Amino acid sequence: MVANLTPANASRRAVICCGLTKTYGSGPAAVQALRGVDLEVAPGELLMLVGPSGCGKTTLISVLAGVLRRDGGDCTVLDQDYNKMRRNETTRFRGQNIGFVFQAFNLIPSLTAAENVATPLMINGARRRSAVSAAGEILHRVGLDERMARSWPADLSGGQQQRVAIARSFIHGPRLIVCDEPTSALDSETGRRVMELMRELAVKTDRAVIVVTHDARIFEFADRIAYMNDGRITRVVDAQTMSAGEK
Amino acid sequence: MGFIALKMLIGDRAKYIGIVIGLTFASLLMTQQAAIFIGIMTRTYSFLTDFSLPDIWVVDPQVQYIEDIKPLRDTEVLRVRGVEGVQWAVPVYKGMLRARLDNGTFQTCSMVGLDDASLIGGPPVMVAGQLGDLRQSDAVIVDEVGATGKLARVSPNGRRVPLRIGDTLELNDHRAFVVGICRVTRTFQSNPVIYTTYSRATTFAPRERKLMSFVAVKAKTGEDLKVVCAQIERVTGLKAYTCDAFKKLTFTYFLKYTGMPINFLTAVLLGVVVGITISGQTFYNFTLDNLRYFGTLKAMGTTDGRLLGMILLQALTVGAIGYGLGVGAASIWGSWAVSRTQIAFRLPWQLLAGTGVAVLLICLGSAALSIRKVIRLEPAVVFRS
Repeated sequence: MVANLTPANASRRAVICCGLTKTYGSGPAAVQALRGVDLEVAPGELLMLVGPSGCGKTTLISVLAGVLRRDGGDCTVLDQDYNKMRRNETTRFRGQNIGFVFQAFNLIPSLTAAENVATPLMINGARRRSAVSAAGEILHRVGLDERMARSWPADLSGGQQQRVAIARSFIHGPRLIVCDEPTSALDSETGRRVMELMRELAVKTDRAVIVVTHDARIFEFADRIAYMNDGRITRVVDAQTMSAGEK
Repeated sequence: MGFIALKMLIGDRAKYIGIVIGLTFASLLMTQQAAIFIGIMTRTYSFLTDFSLPDIWVVDPQVQYIEDIKPLRDTEVLRVRGVEGVQWAVPVYKGMLRARLDNGTFQTCSMVGLDDASLIGGPPVMVAGQLGDLRQSDAVIVDEVGATGKLARVSPNGRRVPLRIGDTLELNDHRAFVVGICRVTRTFQSNPVIYTTYSRATTFAPRERKLMSFVAVKAKTGEDLKVVCAQIERVTGLKAYTCDAFKKLTFTYFLKYTGMPINFLTAVLLGVVVGITISGQTFYNFTLDNLRYFGTLKAMGTTDGRLLGMILLQALTVGAIGYGLGVGAASIWGSWAVSRTQIAFRLPWQLLAGTGVAVLLICLGSAALSIRKVIRLEPAVVFRS
């Protein structure tokens, strides 16, 4: 269980959440997805959220990424409290500070790989030509050549599409990247390569990465692993010190 | 973001083409049907269009439209000439009479009798012969379409031979001698138009106590036409219309008392319905199919305002393309049909603007549904598989 944080160390955390709650619906049909989550994530850290289906992992990263409002508790992400921001302010904040990697990649099929990667820059006001040019360089770093940069997502393999998605998640220099099951649609070898890439390129001293996963094969890439169950974080372990049995 | 919006739109080829075809068809239907309607309606006052010199038309007070002729006494023209502000006034005969053709059949023709002295109101374009030739004995001028069509002779081998200068016609048992071929604006009834002098027209016409159809008046330079009309009405007890008012009277009569507006309005509405159902529905489906990507853009920081702009850009793009293709197709069809058939077709800028507004409303209506869906979309949807 993560202890509540004191104001002194709060400023050194990318994410600080205390007693976070979220309920879907109301009345007898209400489902309490988060029942008081305490969590902190430091910059430069890759944290994995694991747990059974329906335990609240996706709800938690949705709240942390600012795409879903919490009902209760305190939560500061990159020193900002989403519940104190207006809707458009939250949207702009996400555009500048949060990167996303989705389970199904969510690449826009009518844009080339480079154009997909350039999208966050264009959202932040960059001109198309310069954004696509920057995207080409990032794609090169994730191992995709110029020909692939001009390819449509449908013409790329699953692993290549996820590389494009990873490139898209950090091209605009976000300080927090949230990934939802980034390897679940990939075979184990490709999944490992994707996580290696994530570790190598996405994790930086000033950037935190939160990965929701069921895939125990990629636990070794985490700094810490937070186990969730029934809307709560039940334990947080240091991945480097975990025994094979624990994994 | 406009670039992304357009690529999303064009990327879904089937829907993109479906939306454009729907809007093209709607725009074509609205433009073409309305253009035919306007063409037909302008034919109702084609006589006034061609007889353009007078400023004022004096008629019986009971006249409801231009073909509704209630003859006046010949002396009325003299009374009108005496009204202050009138520069000149001439009698005009307008009526229907039957021409007997070589093969024994009859053809109803529209006859116009012009002032004998001045020949004011002659046909706008002479294709052959001269207007002054009307002063010859039994002379008439026949319109080109009538001469080559309904009044054409049938040769022994069955071919139709157009009327030419020198040919004769039988009009109400009177011999008429063709001295010219002219070009006129087509009439509502599409009957051949025959010009002659006023006095000869009255001899061709069936006998009646009064024969003068109208008095055509030119006001003195600088006179207020409405004031002159009022003066004429006061002095003669007849009704005086400015040219535009007489056109409007005729136009309004046909609008009010014929079923044409309803028929054409139905066709135009059909175009709107086609536009809304095909294009609107397809555009909405396009948005639904792309909802996941709109959600992704929203999660990545695209504001509602920019998403709204993207959807509007998509809607206006297909609208502009559909409108352009539809109006273009209507224009091409219209110019082809007018050159080869007798169809009435007019495409004034007001009609183009009206169709544009209708297409714009269809697009905005379609976009409104999509915008509502996207704006209400929770960005958290991107994490749901």
